[in-house]
Amino acid sequence: MTEMAQTTAAATRTAETVAARLGRRYAAERRFRALGLASILMSVAFLAILLGTIVQKGWTGFMQTQIALEVSFDPQVIDPDGGRDPLTLDTADYADLVRNAMAARLAPDADRNARRDLSSMVSTMAADQLRRMVTGNPALIGTKATVWLLASDKLDMVSKGQAPRQPGAVGNVLNDRQLAWLGALEEAGQTRKTFNTTFFTAGDSRAPEQAGIWGAVVGSFFSLAITLLVSFPLGVATAVYLEEFAPTNRWTDLIEVNINNLAAVPSVVFGLLGLAVFLNVFHLPRSSPVAGGLVLALICLPTIIIAGRAALKAVPPSIRQAAAGLGASPLQIVSHHVLPLAMPGMLTGTILGMARALGETAPLLMIGMVAFIVDIPKSPLDPSAVLPVQIYLWAGSSERAFVEKTSAAIMVLLLFLVSMNMVAIILRKKFERRW
Amino acid sequence: MTMNLYAAQNPASSKVAARALDVHYGEKQALFAVDLDIRAGEVTALIGPSGCGKSTFLRCINRMNDMVDGARVSGSLTLDGSDIYDRNVDVVQLRARVGMVFQKPNPFPKSIYDNVAYGPRIHGLARDQAELDEIVMNSLEKAGLLGEVEDRLQESGTGLSGGQQQRLCIARAIAVAPEVILMDEPCSALDPIATAKVEELIDELRENFTIVIVTHSMQQAARVSQRTAFFHLGKLIEVGDTEQIFTNPQQPLTQGYITGRFG
Repeated sequence: MTEMAQTTAAATRTAETVAARLGRRYAAERRFRALGLASILMSVAFLAILLGTIVQKGWTGFMQTQIALEVSFDPQVIDPDGGRDPLTLDTADYADLVRNAMAARLAPDADRNARRDLSSMVSTMAADQLRRMVTGNPALIGTKATVWLLASDKLDMVSKGQAPRQPGAVGNVLNDRQLAWLGALEEAGQTRKTFNTTFFTAGDSRAPEQAGIWGAVVGSFFSLAITLLVSFPLGVATAVYLEEFAPTNRWTDLIEVNINNLAAVPSVVFGLLGLAVFLNVFHLPRSSPVAGGLVLALICLPTIIIAGRAALKAVPPSIRQAAAGLGASPLQIVSHHVLPLAMPGMLTGTILGMARALGETAPLLMIGMVAFIVDIPKSPLDPSAVLPVQIYLWAGSSERAFVEKTSAAIMVLLLFLVSMNMVAIILRKKFERRW
Repeated sequence: MTMNLYAAQNPASSKVAARALDVHYGEKQALFAVDLDIRAGEVTALIGPSGCGKSTFLRCINRMNDMVDGARVSGSLTLDGSDIYDRNVDVVQLRARVGMVFQKPNPFPKSIYDNVAYGPRIHGLARDQAELDEIVMNSLEKAGLLGEVEDRLQESGTGLSGGQQQRLCIARAIAVAPEVILMDEPCSALDPIATAKVEELIDELRENFTIVIVTHSMQQAARVSQRTAFFHLGKLIEVGDTEQIFTNPQQPLTQGYITGRFG
């Protein structure tokens, strides 16, 4: 009886103690959840601030300002002899036509200084625009036509509200006279903002209104293609050999440790290696996607190998045993069963590696990809820029108009990165298997 | 004891014969001087408590132990009189003659058809598609699975139930037309009904194949096998006709195990 009473007393005590602690346990859990939620909210906030700033600064980069001018295609300027010789038409001083048109519209009695102010409101590309029109249709000569011409970056800035409009304000990019002219043009409806196709079709330029990312996009594409071609087969073969064929001994352990370490090596070091090996020993063309792609391949390799080995490890041993039990050779086991099953994981790792390579800047600076390249590369051997380096270059430019170009280019780069990661996720989801 | 065993076995009619077979995994010895004959056309059950070496012995016969790092085999193990561990033996060829069914059903994540066709394909057993179709159908028929899967041969083998998967694995093994089939606790992951079907199948397969089965269930050993070998701590304790082992064991250890005193 006493024994039973003791047991009951002990049970009561247990229940009381547990109840007393229960409150604290729940509180601890609530605290933990709140902390987790707070940290997530904070990261989301930081991300929102980052994206918000970039978009807010950069969206105007996708627009450009144009001016409507009545251009008189003066035969005296274009073709004084009247021979319509293609070479003459091609080399005529179309900038003079632009200046004349501006003067005619805004200041008919302009002196030299005023004419210079006038012409700096229009992009130098305007002259090219007129040249294309005339060489395409010589019948224009002697006529007058209203043409939308590309404004200069300074006018563009003021028109977009990114530079002050008040005469005499600090940080003016246009002088008072130019601001007045701009006011007159705007009042007459002779300015408009259109989608900035130049940004997506042109290479780099010293003039912000003529600068585009296409050269860098093509350069990035060539570099990544080289990276993929080199690092994917090498990485997969290494992963398969190490995981499926290599004996476990001190050497393979050493290799494994080194591969893991390589994944953590700062990328600029790979750039120095690339400089020493690919440029100085193999004499690959400097600043070319082939050299850049090879350096990026070195950076990607550890990632691909590690992801590949993880994917191979995830293939259940029962599949290997089943194949071996039927008399499949080790190579058949790998090529018929293990590799196909591991491939989605390997592809995911590769795409993530590629995404990292797409964003790498420092190692490419080391091999000279920081050069100012205007031409769109035609092959991986041509000098070219890549997107992140282009962003780096523009970020360091003094012209204010490059600020929005920088942010716009960042948006394009982020878009590429996000879509690559999306592909990786879709691949993983699509090929996920149940055993 | 060893001498008695020799006397009790007749090497002439044995398909697989082990003599003084030792197996080490690294430092650890898993089998100690095993002498065992597997007779052709019979089901031989290997029983014993966990870790007694019965699976190790089974995996020696098709050299699956080769895949384990640090596994060493010494002594003699012959298939039809020729040494399985001879340098000149090709493992691929050996495994075409000695098929295996594993503890957990492990169909390839491919279609039912491709699962069964895989072995014949890698060994080039079919000259054309018609012949391959025939082999696949025959194997499924023999495995008692054809009726259940006839109309969905192109569906994934992993979509079948556990018992069907195991019979698919048996169909896959017999598609290569091996001489010996090794079964490593083939029913341990199955429910009683599926187990009954597989046991029935094993009994039918005995006509065409020599079968060695490792099992934890003494009832199963009693039901399906003609001969039973009892392993304990890496040693072969006793081997004999199944009926004799279960009704009149010669060794006290065997008696202790089958009466459930340890295990």
